[in-house]
Formats: sequence, C-alpha cells, structure tokens
Amino acid sequence: MTVAMAKMDRILFGDNQFFGVNHMSEERARAQAMRFRTVDDIIEVLDVAYDAGIRTFMCTTHDAIGAVADHVRANPARYADFQFYPGMPYAHKYANAISEVGVMETLRQFAPGGVVETLWKGARAGLRKDAEKLMIMLVDAELKRFGGTKAPVVFLQNVVVDLLLGLGMGAMFRSFHDYVRDNHGAEAGFFTMNMPRLLDTLESVGLENPIICCNYNKIGFRMSGGVELYDHTVRTRQVRLVAMSVLASGAIPASEAIEWICARPQIESIVFGASSRGNILQTKQLIEKFTTGLVS
Amino acid sequence: MVRVGIIGVGKMGLSHLALFNAHRSVEVTGICEPQSFVASAVQSQTGIETYKSYEKLIDKAPLDAVVIATPSATHFDAAMYAIESGLHVFVEKPLSLSAAQSWQMSQAAVQAGVANQVGYHNRFIGTFAEVRRLVRSGAIGEVYHIDGRAFGQVVTKPKSAMTWRSKKSEGGGCLHDYASHVVDLMNWIVGPPQQVLGARLTNIHSVDVEDAVYALFGYAAGFSGQLETNWSDESQRKMSTSVTVYGTHGKVYADRQECQLFLKPGHRFEGYESGWTIKYITELQQPVSFYLRGEEYSAQVDSFVAAAQAGETAPLNSFNSAYETDWTIDLIIKACAKTSRE
Repeated sequence: MTVAMAKMDRILFGDNQFFGVNHMSEERARAQAMRFRTVDDIIEVLDVAYDAGIRTFMCTTHDAIGAVADHVRANPARYADFQFYPGMPYAHKYANAISEVGVMETLRQFAPGGVVETLWKGARAGLRKDAEKLMIMLVDAELKRFGGTKAPVVFLQNVVVDLLLGLGMGAMFRSFHDYVRDNHGAEAGFFTMNMPRLLDTLESVGLENPIICCNYNKIGFRMSGGVELYDHTVRTRQVRLVAMSVLASGAIPASEAIEWICARPQIESIVFGASSRGNILQTKQLIEKFTTGLVS
Repeated sequence: MVRVGIIGVGKMGLSHLALFNAHRSVEVTGICEPQSFVASAVQSQTGIETYKSYEKLIDKAPLDAVVIATPSATHFDAAMYAIESGLHVFVEKPLSLSAAQSWQMSQAAVQAGVANQVGYHNRFIGTFAEVRRLVRSGAIGEVYHIDGRAFGQVVTKPKSAMTWRSKKSEGGGCLHDYASHVVDLMNWIVGPPQQVLGARLTNIHSVDVEDAVYALFGYAAGFSGQLETNWSDESQRKMSTSVTVYGTHGKVYADRQECQLFLKPGHRFEGYESGWTIKYITELQQPVSFYLRGEEYSAQVDSFVAAAQAGETAPLNSFNSAYETDWTIDLIIKACAKTSRE
C-alpha cells in the first residue's frame, strides 16, 4: 500500500487534559480527572474543538479513546473530516502491569496468540524477527479500536521511542515505520524528548524527513540539548515537526508562547490540549494570528 | 570512558541500560540477565555481550563500574562481589533488606575507595531539593513536623504472587518498594528519626506482603514525622510522592511538579515573600542531555558517572545515606511488631 505524504494540519488537538496529565500541578491534574469521568465528557470537548475547525485528534490508546473512536465511527456524517493520530502504547497500562505481573506475563496479556510462548522457548536464531513479530502484534492490538476511522499517522510514544533510542535499537523504528505503512496505510510518527538525537538515528536507518513530535517551547522545558540545538536542527535538516508543550505546561503565557513558536516557520504543526471552549478558541485564534500566510 | 556492566535487566535495569548506553562518557560492556528472551533480544539488537551470572560478568567483562538492578534480596551478594573486585557500584533501592547488611556494604565501599550510589531518584528532583534547601536554611523557622506520602496503583486486585515484588523474602511489599522512597526523602530533608513511635503494615490485596504503610516518627530535636504510603490506590495514574514540612515561620509542600511555600506575615526568605509562593518544576529542574522518563533518572546517572570518574566515595545517595534509610525501615518493622503484640 502506498501512503500519500499529506501535509499535516497546522493545529492538532491533544488529549492529556482528559486523563489527569498535567506536568505542573497534581491538583490541576486531579481536577481534570474528576471533570472527565465519562466518555461523554470527553466527546463534549472534542465537539467544541471539531466545530471550531480542528479536525485532528492526537491521542493515546487509553481505553476511553477506544470509546471515542466507536462514537466517531457510529456518526460518519457528523464527523466526516475527523481524524485520529493515535500514539501508542498507553504506557502506564504496561508499566503498571510489568510491576504487577512481570514482563513476560504483561506481553502475554497484551499480545495474545502464542507469540510469547514461542519467544519464551527461545527460538534464538530468529530473535530479531521475533522481536519484530511481537511489536507487530502489539501495534495491531493497540490499533484495533481505531478500525473504520481515519488514522493517517500513527505515533510511537516517547517512553518507548526514547527507550529504544537509548538502547541503540534504531532498527525497530524502521520496522515500525514499514509495518504501519504497509499494513495500516499510515505514516509513522515518533514522540521524543531527544529530538536532534532521534533524527540522527532515524536518518541512519533510512527514514528521511520523518514525522517527529517533541516539546518545543521558549524556556527549553524537556528539550534535551537545548533550544539552540533544536532551532539549528529544524533550520538545517529535513524533519516534519509537531510542536507540543508549547506553553511548557503553563509556565509561559499563551500569547507569548505561541508568537514564539510561530516565528519558527519550519514547524509544520502545533498540538495543544484544553478543556474549556474559551481556551480552545483562544489558542486556535492565537496560532492563526501568528502563523504567517495561514488563512483562517 | 567509564565501562559499565548492568546486572538485572528488568523494569529498572532496562531503563538504566538505555540511560547508561546513551551517556557520552559511558560504554556498556556487558549485561547479566537470567531471562533468556530479554538477554538475547538485547544482545542481538545492540551487540552488548550478555552473561549468565554476575560473577561471570564481573570476572570476564572489561569493567569500571556495575549497576545492580536485581530483586532487592540479591543486592548484598552482588554488590559485595563487585566492591571486592574494585568496581564502582550503583545499586537500585533499597540498598538491602537489613540495616546490618547495608552498613557492611557502605563500609566495604568506602574502604575499597569505590563510588557507591543508590537509586533514590527523588533527591534529583528540583522541587524536593528546593524543600530541603528551604528547610535547612531556616526559611520556615524551627521545624515541628514533617509529613511524607506516596500513592500509586501497583497492586489493584487479589492474585497469586507473580513477581518478586509480591514476595517478602525477595524484598517485595510496599515498605521496601514504595515507602523506602518516602523515608529516604524525609531523611534527606530533616535527617533520620530517632525512633518510630508506632507503625502499621496493612494488607489490602496481597497475601505475603503489605500494600500500605503508616508510621509515626519521633526526631531527636523533638519534632514529629508521619509516613503514609499505599500502592493499591487506583485513583492515582502513576506513583505520586509528596512531602510537607511545618515550621514556626511557615510551611513548605512539594511533589514532583511544584514546590509551594507559605510564610507567615512578617517573614520572607530570599525571593520568597510572606504568603504563598509557588515554584514549578519547569523553573527548578536543570535540563539533561538525554531524557527518559524524568530528568531525575538522567541526573542520578550523571552523578554516578562523575563520581566514578573522580573516585568520589560519598556522592549524593551514597550507600551510607541508603543505610540510614534501611535503618529507619528496620525501626518501622520493629515498631509494627511491637504494636501488633500490644
């Protein structure tokens, strides 16, 4: 299957706010977790964003998102242009399971079908293939809930990307890229907290001009190597970048943060999360205002 | 270059392997992991040599240092073997399952002149470091109470034991696995308690280990402390640790994300005015050159590598400070036994 290299939307809507993720305040995180108790609470906010013209929902593979996908699938007329950018895996699900039942049992739970038993017995000759086979089964399991919806870009979460990057297992990035392209008709994307270094590795396994989503903010929060290196990298190299944590979890005022990020024309997309209609509309308007040449 | 061997490639060992491997002053020259799938996957994809036992790794691989991330009950034997071989040693927390063993390890490491460090990563989090700085510099006046807490969802249903974390004999349980982090953090801020006045180890789902720990501390200076940890709290997305210190001039609270200081009217400290001042992790944390799961994990690796290069035997989180944590844990166990007899 060939994958069209479609340009990503300028503005993407994120999902941290739905799951009690807040990098600044546990109190705020808890308040969010309380507010988004049911899937309907999430859909209500998604509808505000969608009706404001934000078509792409960049999300985890949390169980609740599966229910959102069901809702979108069941209402094709309402969500004609709606698309998901799923990011997998929902890491806490695995991390908690590994503490609780161990690595092998976790794999057994999440990748049914006997592949783990094969690995356990140790078909050593084909280990590289087996690791890939395991990856494939986990990808399929994670993407199952998005069947019948549009998911043109599929991301690997930073906890996995940066682990593989640290381990020096760059070949897995290539395998992931090829698999989602050939079997899910999707482009591969990579979350990271180490963008320049990841780009080196992706290029070394033949992934040119890759899609990367990373923190990008004025204060350099979680930008390993620093703002200058990031700026230099996007100016001088080929990468399709999605900027996240542009406000550094609220450490930078919205207008200042967005003006700053929009002054970097090499950045293709900006992802943000918000819970209220006011914040969603305001953030969208700020991005449009500071994006040169974008017609709103 | 510091040549490092990783002993135990489980949940923490894998993370350490990635962090050390990504470090520009480190070469990972060998790993030891009994689970053949994990070991073979690492060897086939990274080319790093794997060994069946830590003795073989230490005897055969070219090494300056080892990281021990095996189940807690095995830390002592592996660390002592490494120290006797003259290697710098990083051990995951807790250092051992008894204060007596930890003391022995601490003494041996100092005598051998090797860098020694334990994985209490909270000490590398900027918000907690700020609490320590504020408390120790007298910003909140005289301390009269400290409160340390951690909650998370590790064990959420009854089941048969599946990993070492659910076996007491191997160092499983909320006390050694979870509460140790909080005890260590409290000790770092105000020093270890003189006595544990009462304690309760509570089973919620587990059979062989406790799922929650509650304890009341008494300190030599006359103030009190309270510990509350629970790893069966499903309202938490992930482990959340917090600490509050109360003093005669105000109080300070911190978690992973923020540090909140309250100063009574008429009191100020450096940039802090009276009333509430909140500082966030974005301001208090130094950036790292490679990030995985949190700046603190990279920062502790940087600290250990620097100590190994300098032959520094008492870095932050030395075996000696981890011994004090294990000593406090021993007091909790004793107090609990006493409480349940009465």
